[in-house]
Amino acid sequence: VRLIRSLGKWVDQRLQLGSPIRETMEHPIPRETASWAYVFGSAAMTAFGLQLVTGILLALIYVPSGNEAWNSLQILNHEVTLGWFIRALHGWGSNFMLAIVLVHMAQVFLFGAYKFPRELTWIFGIFLLLMTLGMAFTGQVLRFDQDAYWGLGIGASISSRLPIVGPVLVKLLLGGPIIAGATLSRFFAFHVFVIPGLLIAFMGLHVLMVLKLGINEWPMPGRIVRRSDYIEKYHEMTHTQGVPFVPYGVWKDALFSGVILLAIAGCAFYFGPFGPSGQPDPRVIQTAPRPDYFFLWLYAVLSLLPPQLETPALLIGPVIALVILIALPFVSGEGEKSWKRRPIAVLTILLVAVGLGTFTNMADHAPWSPVMDASTGAAIPAKLLSGRTPLQIQGALVFESKQCHNCHALGDIGGQRGPALDAVAVRLTSDQLVRQVLQGGGNMPAYGKNLNPAETNALVAFLETLHPAGQRAAQDASLAAGAQK
Amino acid sequence: MARFTTGIVVGAFESLRNPGMTDLSRRQMFLKLGVAFNGAVGVLLGIPIVRYLFSPVTRGRNEGYDRWISLGSIDQFPAGETRLATYRNPGASPTDGETAEIPCWVRNIDGANFQVFAINCAHLGCPVRWFPQSRLFMCPCHGGVYYEDGARASGPPERGLFEYSFKIADGKVHIKAGELPTPGLSATNRSLIRIKGQAPCA
Repeated sequence: VRLIRSLGKWVDQRLQLGSPIRETMEHPIPRETASWAYVFGSAAMTAFGLQLVTGILLALIYVPSGNEAWNSLQILNHEVTLGWFIRALHGWGSNFMLAIVLVHMAQVFLFGAYKFPRELTWIFGIFLLLMTLGMAFTGQVLRFDQDAYWGLGIGASISSRLPIVGPVLVKLLLGGPIIAGATLSRFFAFHVFVIPGLLIAFMGLHVLMVLKLGINEWPMPGRIVRRSDYIEKYHEMTHTQGVPFVPYGVWKDALFSGVILLAIAGCAFYFGPFGPSGQPDPRVIQTAPRPDYFFLWLYAVLSLLPPQLETPALLIGPVIALVILIALPFVSGEGEKSWKRRPIAVLTILLVAVGLGTFTNMADHAPWSPVMDASTGAAIPAKLLSGRTPLQIQGALVFESKQCHNCHALGDIGGQRGPALDAVAVRLTSDQLVRQVLQGGGNMPAYGKNLNPAETNALVAFLETLHPAGQRAAQDASLAAGAQK
Repeated sequence: MARFTTGIVVGAFESLRNPGMTDLSRRQMFLKLGVAFNGAVGVLLGIPIVRYLFSPVTRGRNEGYDRWISLGSIDQFPAGETRLATYRNPGASPTDGETAEIPCWVRNIDGANFQVFAINCAHLGCPVRWFPQSRLFMCPCHGGVYYEDGARASGPPERGLFEYSFKIADGKVHIKAGELPTPGLSATNRSLIRIKGQAPCA
């Protein structure tokens, strides 16, 4: 023990880090701040640490080459001892890290911690969020499979819409004219060198500022932040009723970080690694590319925006969001911190959470995508077919063979791109059905060129049978009146 | 005049950095010399680095990335039908692997006239699939649909499918290809014909 102590003394004489570390450990924090609400920042850092370690472990096997990457992932999954587990840790660690970063951000926002004098801490936090998202997207590309390949195509298509610089940006993004080996190499460089380097640097500054400025005090309704006297009051509070960071605050941080690590390991062990899905071969077009979980909301937004709004929304939306986030601490740098006196802040968080949740949930079902194999794989419910005339049965065949089922559901089977047709005869007369089928409209393609009169007749005869037992089919009022005369 | 202004700026700079001492000292001059020298070296090194970084853009600037490529014998594409063809992207490197094998849709209209469509949806680039029975292209991602002539039928795309220019030579179908078609590119690209979504039932 004496040897260790003298060795430590020797090192510290040269390194001189002992007293700053001791000061950091003992620095006073407001008593209420040693709380479970303040553990998310350190947990995000812990998750990042896990990503660093597992990332390096994966790099021992992974080959960042367009020709080899997919195979090296297979080797990791199936041949290297516990390679699947390290991949799973990295994949689940990424999801957890993003989730914790978002919770951390919401907590900081609700507790008013971005206000004076912590504006820059908040802005660096936004940079850290962007980098974390960047890590998630580039990481999804390194899992070089079908989803990665077509996801890159989506990234390229979005970048290309920027005026003037778009086409140049696409080539810089892809490292050439197409998605290929050079694309993977540069995403590897970004995922492994560039973004992590920036992340570590900004994370260091972020934490340094938390230490220098002191952690945000627990917000009390009525305790108003003023630029003139905040720092003075904060120091008074921490020095009269503060507690040392170690051990008062840190034990909760440590415990929560441990729980998070255990949760990541549990998910990794139970659910296993993500993918890879099929090989990144553009010739395999029987695929329905989907983004990773944290980009699903974007996938939904891109499907639901009206076409003419899409490009402006894609190009201007992120800029507006970023400006709002960065301007926030300057616009509302003073005043109430407590969420109890900031209803708009609470509503904003709720709105964003409900919005993102709804879009994510919708993207899970993707009602806007045609079900590509419904016309060959989905059955028409038997009750819609029994007791029908040969012409009507013929119409049901046309319904299947012309891919109507890809977009229209019958008995909850089939696509949801267009309306379900279980009761279409109640809504449309036979003339209206003919018109809709032949001319299309309302987001439906026109089938005039692809159906001969016999097929159209049969199809409409079938569609006319689609009404609930108790409800009559729609009738042309003028014809009905004529018949009565 | 210029010298006068420079003198003021330098003087102001000096007094800021070194209050109470406005004249240029020997050390100050060496410091400036050092900064200037490093700046010059930085620029000298920066030029090749920037050129290296922009090589994906500059490499294709003169002739473009597009080359004429054969899709195979014309017999593979029967009249009145639309078939999938693939080609290896011109200028592909060995590390590209399968990613350089690019598919496209070849439509033989009447035995003499062809249309060759890019596989990429004009919305966000997902692979469109051809359904010969309903004579439609459908996209699995966001639900874009196109008619057999590539015109937009429904969904989020703002335009029809991307088309390659083609020629028939030696009984083979040739297209000019080499670059990923994207919505922004088509306006400037020479070999992609722009087609507008047209009224479906004119």
